[in-house]
Amino acid sequence: MKKIVIIGGGIAGLEVSRLLLQEGFPVTLIEKSSHLGGNIRNYAYLFPDFTPSEEILKNYTSLPGNADLQLLLNTEIEKIDFSSRPYTLFSNDGIAISADSIIIATGYQIFDARLKEEFGYGIYDGVITSVEMEKMIREQHIVTPYGKAPRRIAFIHCVGSRDAKVGNTYCSRLCCITAIKQAIETKKLLPQAEIFCFYIDLRMYGLTFEELYLNAQKEYNIQFVRGRLSETSEMIDKRLIIKAEDTLIGRPLKMMTDMLVLMVGMEASNFSKQFAYHNGLEIGEHGFFKPLNQFNARGKSQKEGIYFAGTSIGPMSVAETIEHAQATALSTISYLKGKEN
Amino acid sequence: MTKIADMTENSPEQRKKIYWKDYIKYIPEDDYFFFRSCIRQTFFPGAEQAFLAILKNNLHKNYFDDPRLTTCTGIGYHSDIIPLETLHTMIARHFSIMNESGYSNLVISCVTTFGVMIEVLNTWHEFPETLEKARENLQKTTGRTFELPKAIAHASDIIYLYRDEIAKQSVYKLINKETGKPLKVVDHVGCHYAKIFPHHGIGGAEFPKVLSEMIKTWGGEVVDYPERRHCCGFGFRQYLIKESRGYSLTHAQIKFESMQPFHPDLILTNCPGCNMFMDRWQYVIQETTGKVYSSSGNGIPVLTYEELAALLLGYDPVQIGLFMHQTDVLPLLEKLGIQFNKNEYAKLREESLDLAKIL
Repeated sequence: MKKIVIIGGGIAGLEVSRLLLQEGFPVTLIEKSSHLGGNIRNYAYLFPDFTPSEEILKNYTSLPGNADLQLLLNTEIEKIDFSSRPYTLFSNDGIAISADSIIIATGYQIFDARLKEEFGYGIYDGVITSVEMEKMIREQHIVTPYGKAPRRIAFIHCVGSRDAKVGNTYCSRLCCITAIKQAIETKKLLPQAEIFCFYIDLRMYGLTFEELYLNAQKEYNIQFVRGRLSETSEMIDKRLIIKAEDTLIGRPLKMMTDMLVLMVGMEASNFSKQFAYHNGLEIGEHGFFKPLNQFNARGKSQKEGIYFAGTSIGPMSVAETIEHAQATALSTISYLKGKEN
Repeated sequence: MTKIADMTENSPEQRKKIYWKDYIKYIPEDDYFFFRSCIRQTFFPGAEQAFLAILKNNLHKNYFDDPRLTTCTGIGYHSDIIPLETLHTMIARHFSIMNESGYSNLVISCVTTFGVMIEVLNTWHEFPETLEKARENLQKTTGRTFELPKAIAHASDIIYLYRDEIAKQSVYKLINKETGKPLKVVDHVGCHYAKIFPHHGIGGAEFPKVLSEMIKTWGGEVVDYPERRHCCGFGFRQYLIKESRGYSLTHAQIKFESMQPFHPDLILTNCPGCNMFMDRWQYVIQETTGKVYSSSGNGIPVLTYEELAALLLGYDPVQIGLFMHQTDVLPLLEKLGIQFNKNEYAKLREESLDLAKIL
């Protein structure tokens, strides 16, 4: 029986594993951390309908019990020997694993907001990331670092995305709708709070995203300001002062806020970049793995039998990640059955 | 022997792991070709003299103060009255004079000049044809040729580099003599020091450390206040066009209002314009509205980094010209416990204020 190795135990790796196991293929799933699930674990609820992320993860709880699954946690693949078939993968703890096909599902990492030093993350305690905000939303307890309920919160879109200064010129796609989701959740928890979203432009690409955006304004009174943050500073009472330009009215703006939430974008993981470098895999201009083409081979690499799944090739929502993983699983099965190269 | 500046974090930034400590730059250790400021010698003539005295007497460094140097034309350039090619040719002439003097480490007194020189060097690097044009223009007008400096630093970079040595030799510390507590110091770094080219400034553009590290090393406490990065109000045309001077004063006032709740004992600057305007506008606001931004009622003293270094090293406040400051420096001198001739200081200050009086 053909053997498949899947690198990465996030939802892309899990979905591919599920489908391949379902089709009777033995799978080795390798995850560098001590648990499965990946970045989705950072999110309590998912846009656009506030589905709890646990519901998505539930689909994969039965996988570890499958006899055809070899699960290797706390394991990293360092090198792949492509010189003979099947391929041989070497892990950091010296294990050699053979594979007829390899699926790379190494995901993304969130942008390190400290690199936007003018936004004050890591300096002023009232500045947090969207991941930290999501944790508060999960715990249903949104407080300032000083233990008070914030009276005003500002969400800053495009942090580390569409920003040549930090080297990420692409759009992370999900931050706009995530900001709206979090703003609504925050308003539900803190009805008295004033909530502002500072955006470059709003990219509501999903079928129901636009409605959520309108609802945020009409039902939850969330204020949207078209302008990019230029500077954050802290007053003597620890409240924050932010400066921006309201580009619709063409005037500079200065605002006091109790909390600043930075909508951090998605970046290719450092692991992916190193892995690609050491194994001769091609990386695109934005650091993510480069698929064979952008139309009908978004899951295929330049090397035979090597596939990609999920956000290892670029920013995707949970739904898109699962769809991409399903497509990759189908391509892999076709390849292993000799039906395509 | 060369040295890379040691980058340690400054006060608000050291709370958590930071990244901008990675902003490092090369600062030459010795053999400086000193480029003076046009305006400092009028406003605060003791500052540059203090710098040279510290280099010679305390740090035992070699420098050359060449009288043939003239303006960098920076103020005219930023006011749109000096064409770019003229600016390039003037800078080329200064480099030529430096070459002729046998020096290659350019040390600049003025932040505007520093910004202009970095901008010109970067322009020449990015657009080599402009360098060739500057060579051609200089040759035609003066018969001179030139080579680029091997190193370029602002004078505050040099004091930053030797801040520990200055601390070792210092007679006073930035400590209130009466209370034993560190003095609270606002740092104001000139916009053109790092905002144009962040990697040419110690600590980058958002949290430059060039002054804050001096403050900490010399025993003071750095004040991080909301308008820390705001312009001092000089802004060239804001001040140079008389009708716009209200903008200049307003911006300085924004800074003073923002820092006042933190009760700073001192404002430390590294730019001639910033020093002038933070000092002058406090005096003007006090004279015209009665508003004073210090708790003592005398205004917040404004010093340059060389003046402060010289004070702590034991130089006489009168000899380094502190009476020329319009916001009185006396409260700071008393807090530091500095011994000097107060009568002479008061007499010279009165004469100086008479000249600067608002009529």
